[in-house]
Amino acid sequence: MIFDLLLAAALLWSAAQALTTPDLFRAVVLFIIFGLLMALAWVRLNAPDIALAEAAIGAGLTGALLLDAVGHLRKKQRERSP
Amino acid sequence: MKTLLNVVVLLLASTLGLALGWSMLDLPVAAVRLPEQVTAQLDMSGVAHPVTAVLLNFRGYDTLLEIAVLLAALLGMLALPRHVAGRENRPVPASTMLQTLARLLVPLMVLVAGYVLWAGAYQPGGAFQAGAVLAGAGVLLHLAGLLPAWVTLGQTLRAGLAVGLLVFIAVGAAVMAQGTLLQYPPDWAGALILAIEANLTLSIGLILAGLYLVLTNSGERA
Amino acid sequence: MSAALVYALTGAALFVFGVAGLMLQPHLLRKILAFNVMGSGVFLVLVGLGQRAGIPDPVPQAMVLTGIVVAIAATALALALARQLLDLQGEMRLPEEELDKDRLDV
Repeated sequence: MIFDLLLAAALLWSAAQALTTPDLFRAVVLFIIFGLLMALAWVRLNAPDIALAEAAIGAGLTGALLLDAVGHLRKKQRERSP
Repeated sequence: MKTLLNVVVLLLASTLGLALGWSMLDLPVAAVRLPEQVTAQLDMSGVAHPVTAVLLNFRGYDTLLEIAVLLAALLGMLALPRHVAGRENRPVPASTMLQTLARLLVPLMVLVAGYVLWAGAYQPGGAFQAGAVLAGAGVLLHLAGLLPAWVTLGQTLRAGLAVGLLVFIAVGAAVMAQGTLLQYPPDWAGALILAIEANLTLSIGLILAGLYLVLTNSGERA
Repeated sequence: MSAALVYALTGAALFVFGVAGLMLQPHLLRKILAFNVMGSGVFLVLVGLGQRAGIPDPVPQAMVLTGIVVAIAATALALALARQLLDLQGEMRLPEEELDKDRLDV
């Protein structure tokens, strides 16, 4: 139960940080961390199928898509500024 | 003015959160006990794992619609303008270390996907997890420079993308001869579920990998 | 208060974070992040409330599995649209609507 409370606090903290941090790359990394913590939460909720899917799809693939978008955005900004 | 709007939104959101939390603490005991109903019908479902039974048999229609939504999202992304294939689009092979790692890991990932698909009938696993592992293999190959991003899709690739949905619909319609849509006969349920899941794994792997491989090319050329 | 109820309350809080983030952040990529946080909150509520008696329940777990896959499909399509907007407009923000008093017919 203590572990569940700590995990819930970590989930809320990483989500809040991901949504409010000014650096976009840091926000996406925090979102990936949030996804992996969610996978832990699913294990604690006796849902191993969801934990597998969340780690692979929620954190892995969504993280890859978002990082690709951030990289593209940064490339565009660098092309425009100088 | 903008700060006032921010404060109002935050206040309303907190009120919503408090209302949700308070209503959750006050819920009565559930009237319907679904786990018992699922366990009672598990022998007739064709698999031994309750989540797989619910996904592919009891709520198979939802899974059918889900794979259709997945395919529709990929088609939506393909409808947007993308970079045309040219010399600058050939994948740049990455460092030797990454290439070697990709070449070593991808066959293992395909093996793991096959195992997770097969094991989904008895323990946690199934088509979606296996498809996600295959998609990860595709993304890894692209990042190592061994797989180009998708520009125009060949016929085999299109067939692979569509086969999951088509086989699912075909099996669901074929069993209508002896029941309603997606009502598998209990003797054949295991085999039908495995057939559907195998095609579903292939399609989900290709579609999820495609979501990434089409996105890297998205947007018009500057 | 079982462990599952703790996760359900966390899910409600995550949903509220997501709603606030979706409405307050102007950058489209952050809106997509907020949308995903909202989705994860809803999934936690689905499974947490369904299992508040402590017994693992396969039906909401199957629904959440479906939900995760649909969420990534929606995220991918949203990202493709955002990148298209970026290439057309130069930034990933929606154009601010301006009230033009000469165009009262619109």
